[in-house]
Amino acid sequence: MAGPSTYEPKSGIERWMDSRLPLIRLGYDSMVDYPTPRNLNYWWTFGGILTLCLVIQIVTGVVLGMHYVAHVDMAFDSVQRIRRDVNYGWLIQYIHANGASMFFLAVYLHIFRGLYYGSYKPPREVIWILGVVILLLMMATAFMGYVLPWGQMSFWGAVVITNFFTAIPLVGDAITTLLWGGFSVGNPTLNRFYSLHYLLPFVIFGVVALHIWALHVPGNNNPAGLSVKSRADTVPFHPYYTVKDGFAIILFLILFSVFVFYLPDALGHADNYIPADPLKTPEHIVPEWYFLPFYAILRSIPNKLMGVLAMFGSIGVLVALPWLDTSKVRSMRYRPTARWCFIIFVIACLALGYAGAHNPEGINLWMGRAATLYYFVYFLLLLPILGLVEKPKPRPASIADSVKSHGEPAATPAE
Amino acid sequence: MSDATAGQIGDQEPTRRDFIHIAAGAAVVGGGVLALWPFIDQMNPAADTLALSTTEVDISQIPVGSQITVSWRGKPVFIRHRTEEEIAEANAVDVSSLRDPQTDDERLVPDPEGALRPEILVMEGVCTHFGCVPLGDGAGPFDGWFCPCHGSAYDTSGRIRQGPAPLNLPVPPYAYLSDNVIRIG
Repeated sequence: MAGPSTYEPKSGIERWMDSRLPLIRLGYDSMVDYPTPRNLNYWWTFGGILTLCLVIQIVTGVVLGMHYVAHVDMAFDSVQRIRRDVNYGWLIQYIHANGASMFFLAVYLHIFRGLYYGSYKPPREVIWILGVVILLLMMATAFMGYVLPWGQMSFWGAVVITNFFTAIPLVGDAITTLLWGGFSVGNPTLNRFYSLHYLLPFVIFGVVALHIWALHVPGNNNPAGLSVKSRADTVPFHPYYTVKDGFAIILFLILFSVFVFYLPDALGHADNYIPADPLKTPEHIVPEWYFLPFYAILRSIPNKLMGVLAMFGSIGVLVALPWLDTSKVRSMRYRPTARWCFIIFVIACLALGYAGAHNPEGINLWMGRAATLYYFVYFLLLLPILGLVEKPKPRPASIADSVKSHGEPAATPAE
Repeated sequence: MSDATAGQIGDQEPTRRDFIHIAAGAAVVGGGVLALWPFIDQMNPAADTLALSTTEVDISQIPVGSQITVSWRGKPVFIRHRTEEEIAEANAVDVSSLRDPQTDDERLVPDPEGALRPEILVMEGVCTHFGCVPLGDGAGPFDGWFCPCHGSAYDTSGRIRQGPAPLNLPVPPYAYLSDNVIRIG
C-alpha cells in the first residue's frame, strides 16, 4: 500500500521544506491520502484510541513526576499531596491511574481484533510481533507505576512479581537481589522503578512508531481479510477514517470520563490507601484487573517454576502465532469452525480474569485450570490443525465486492 | 477547511457542511484550551505551599545595630534593629534624587496604635536586579546593603543608590501583633 507519494507542495515554503525535511509529505502520505480499505469496522478504531492513550499517559505522567517523591518515607504522602493540595492534582492523578486501565481495555480489544481477523498473518508478522513487544513493555510500565504510590498493594505487588524471578534455577536469587538492590523490596527498588517507569513509555513510543511504520508498508488488514487489489477497494484516510476514529475516540473518552469523574477508585484496591508495611501482607492480594488472567494462569499450576513459565509462555506463544496458525484465510468470518474456537477462547480469557480475582479454591481453581488448558490448546493445537482440516467458506473476490455483498450500498465519495 | 470549501462553491451561500466544519473546529479548539488549563495551573503553588505564606517573628532579641534573616515563602526577609545614626542617615537623603523615590517613613508599617517604629526595618532580602541576597551590616558605599552579584548598593533604608538594580528592596506585607512580635505575610 506504500505506493508513490501523491503529495504536491503548494506554497514556496512547503517546497523549500519538502526538499530539506519532507515532514509534511510524511504526514500527508500517512494520515491524509493514505489509501485505507473501505470496509474497516469500529474494531479498527482502537489503534487511534491507543495512540491517544499513550499520549495521555505521557502528558499526565510528566506532570505527576513534577510532584511525586520517589522515597519510601515520602512517596505515599507525596501522592496524597498531589490529590489534595496540588491544583487539579486530583484530576491529573485520576486520569493517569484510570488511564492505565483504559489503555489495557483498548489494547486487549485491539489484540482480540487482530486474532479474529488474522492481522498476524503474512505479510503482517512483524507488525504483530512489535505489538507483542509493546504489550510486554506496557505490562512492565504499568506494574512499576502501580508500585510508586507505595501503598500496601503497591508494596506487596512488587514483592510478589519480583519473586517470580526466584523461580529461575541456580541464578534466580542473585537476579532478584539485583532487581531489588538489596535483600528485600526497599528504597533502591522504588528509585529504580520510578526511573524505569519514566523511561519505558518513551521506549513504547518508539516501538509504536515502528509498529505504524510496519503497518503502512502492507497497509491495513480488514474485516474481509482480503488484500487490496485496486483503488476501488480503498478510501483516503482523511476524511473517512479521521472522522470514524474521531467519533470512536469521543465515545471512548466518555467511558474514560465516567471512571475519572464518577468511579475513580472503582478499579483500584482500598488496601492501597494503607501505607506500605513490609512486615504485614494484606489478606487478599490481587493484581490490577488487567493482570488477572495471567495471575490465574500462574495459580492454576501447582509448581513454582512451571507456573511462572506458563504465565510468560502465555505471551510468548503470541510471538509464534503467525507460524502456528496454518490457515491461509485471514478473517474468521470465513472460517466456520475456527470462529467458534475463537469465541470460546474469548470466554476462556474472561474466565481466567474471573478466576484470577477469586481465591484458587474449588470451582474457581478448576475453572482457571480448564481455561488455562484451553488457552494453550487454542494456540498450540486448534489453530495449527484447523488450518489443515477446516473447509473455509467462499470469500468475495475483492474488498469492494465484500462491501456490496454485505447488503450495504457502496459508499460514494461526496465530491 | 472552510476557506477551501468556499473557494469551490464560489458565491453560493455557506452550506450545512461549512457550519458543521466550523462548529466541530470550534469545539475541538475550545475543548483543547479548557483541557490544557489544569496542566498549566498544576504548576502554580499548591494548597500546602500557600498555607506556609505567613511567618511570625519575635523581634525583641535583636540587638541595636544588627539584623536577623528569617525565611518567608522560601525567601530571606531582613529585620534590622537600626541605630540612631542609620535612621538619621536615611532621613538626610534628598528623596527627589533617588532612582525609586521613597521616604524612610514610607518604608515602615505602623503598629496597632498607629505609631511608626523607625528602629525596626523589615524588607525582603532579594536584590531587585536578579534576585541575589545582598550582604548586610553596613555593607557597600551607602552603609546599608551591597549585592555581590552585580554590585547594586542600597542605603540604610534599603533604597537603591548605585548599580543596576531598578527598585528599592521590597517591603513585605507585615503587621505588629504586639510590641515584640511581627507577622510577615
